[in-house]
Amino acid sequence: MADDKFTAIIVGAGPAGSTAAMTLAREGCDVLLIEKGPTPGAKNMFGGRMYCHVLNRLIPEFWEQAPVERAVVSENITFLNEGRSASLSCRNEDWAKPPFHSFTLLRAEFDAWLAEKAEEAGAMLACNICVDDLLYDNGKVAGIRAGEDEMFADVVIAADGANSILAQKAGLAELFSASQVATGAKMVVELPPDTIDQRFQLSGNQGAAMLFVGDCTNGMQGGGFLYTNKSTVSLGLVINTACLQRSDRKMPDLVEDFRNGPHIAPLLEGGEVVEYSAHLVPEAGIRMTPQLFGDGILIAGDAAGLVLNLGFIVRGMDFAAASGEAAAMAVLEAKRSGDFSRSGLSIYRKLLEESFVLRDLEFYSKVPQFMENRRLYEKYPGLVTLVMSDLFTVDGRQPQRVLKKGLAAMKKSGVSLGGLAADCWKGAFSL
Amino acid sequence: MKRLTVEQLLGIDKFVVDDEEAHIVLDKEVCRGCAAKPCTFACPAGLYTVKAGEISFDHAGCLECGTCRLVCPYSARAISWRYPRGGFGVLYRYG
Repeated sequence: MADDKFTAIIVGAGPAGSTAAMTLAREGCDVLLIEKGPTPGAKNMFGGRMYCHVLNRLIPEFWEQAPVERAVVSENITFLNEGRSASLSCRNEDWAKPPFHSFTLLRAEFDAWLAEKAEEAGAMLACNICVDDLLYDNGKVAGIRAGEDEMFADVVIAADGANSILAQKAGLAELFSASQVATGAKMVVELPPDTIDQRFQLSGNQGAAMLFVGDCTNGMQGGGFLYTNKSTVSLGLVINTACLQRSDRKMPDLVEDFRNGPHIAPLLEGGEVVEYSAHLVPEAGIRMTPQLFGDGILIAGDAAGLVLNLGFIVRGMDFAAASGEAAAMAVLEAKRSGDFSRSGLSIYRKLLEESFVLRDLEFYSKVPQFMENRRLYEKYPGLVTLVMSDLFTVDGRQPQRVLKKGLAAMKKSGVSLGGLAADCWKGAFSL
Repeated sequence: MKRLTVEQLLGIDKFVVDDEEAHIVLDKEVCRGCAAKPCTFACPAGLYTVKAGEISFDHAGCLECGTCRLVCPYSARAISWRYPRGGFGVLYRYG
């Protein structure tokens, strides 16, 4: 069996797994990258945008060759309440120039490309294999089992996504609880590129990112998103799974309500839905980080809950890629010392702390709790849209000072001054 | 724009259905004692429905998100959940 033994078996050819495989293969390690889909990316979906900084370091000017869609130049947050909406928009032309800030992309194509990079570096890719279990040797993870097949390695990197079966099998993680994750559901809507340019005020490679809070989730914790791709638009909802547990509306109905609602329908008029997808999003931040390593095993990406949701920024792919890279570096270190035990791999945590991954999750450790505040979804969208629409309304009546309008809107929205002040305070100190 | 039913949405997707093995299996005995049945609301694919008072489930249109397992008040006792065998299940062409 010794000939067949790999330095590392990496389970899951998403951004975490492929980055780990590429990094290890570049250093000459024997790496097996296993994917359960027929091609990498076939089982993956996300909202729609990747921040560039990590990949540009690993593959300089990756955009020259990677199947990216549009460079996001326009950021928008919209509060929705009944027939009213109020938006905050920001545009920065520099974001759409090298080295680019973020790209929208589609995972089926992009993940396949990234896995190809790992293969080019020398990793072996095996698709159509669903890993069922871990193999052990004296209590240390020594490989994986898929159906009848057994494969062996010095170390296994579990990059098998938010439902990580392997992290649980290894006893490093519990099944995430409903309150720690959100359910995302997305539609991809096809539209001519010119139409997308016109409707979203874009040109050339420019893209738009839009987030929505309020009615679209029926007041539940979460929001809507819209990302423009070249000739499609990614549109969907992300709702905390524990809230969905108590929902009186069905998830697919909410998504269709959102697409057909007055705020979105005109943007997508004439478009054809070409795909419907769903996925879990870890969103409890640092509080949900499992044990990141054990004897002969490391956990990376979504499987380790490494996602940061600040409400106006959602980061997953850069965390996944960076954790995959850190896992690979830890394996290289373990290989040098010949120690793949828990203590030999413990440098992984240090590498994640030194990189932005655990640093940023730690920095924003209070955000997940702040985001659980129901007023953010139930009350404030109504308040903001009421104040804004009052500001723009002319009806011939006695004018009122803005402050008085604001206080009246608060009363109408059921928001107290004390509650608002407390939430602003908490927001300011957690974000 | 025309509103689509969840069946129509799933009809757009590409699946390789495993006819021999269902990757999600319910213990309907447990489901019978569950009043809330949150799976019927939370499943993005709307695969959990109530027919004649009994839960009905079809693994064929599963998007493999894992939501059902997390919202189930009886979790592992009611829903035995795993990914489809290699090569089977939903195949995203966009993602």
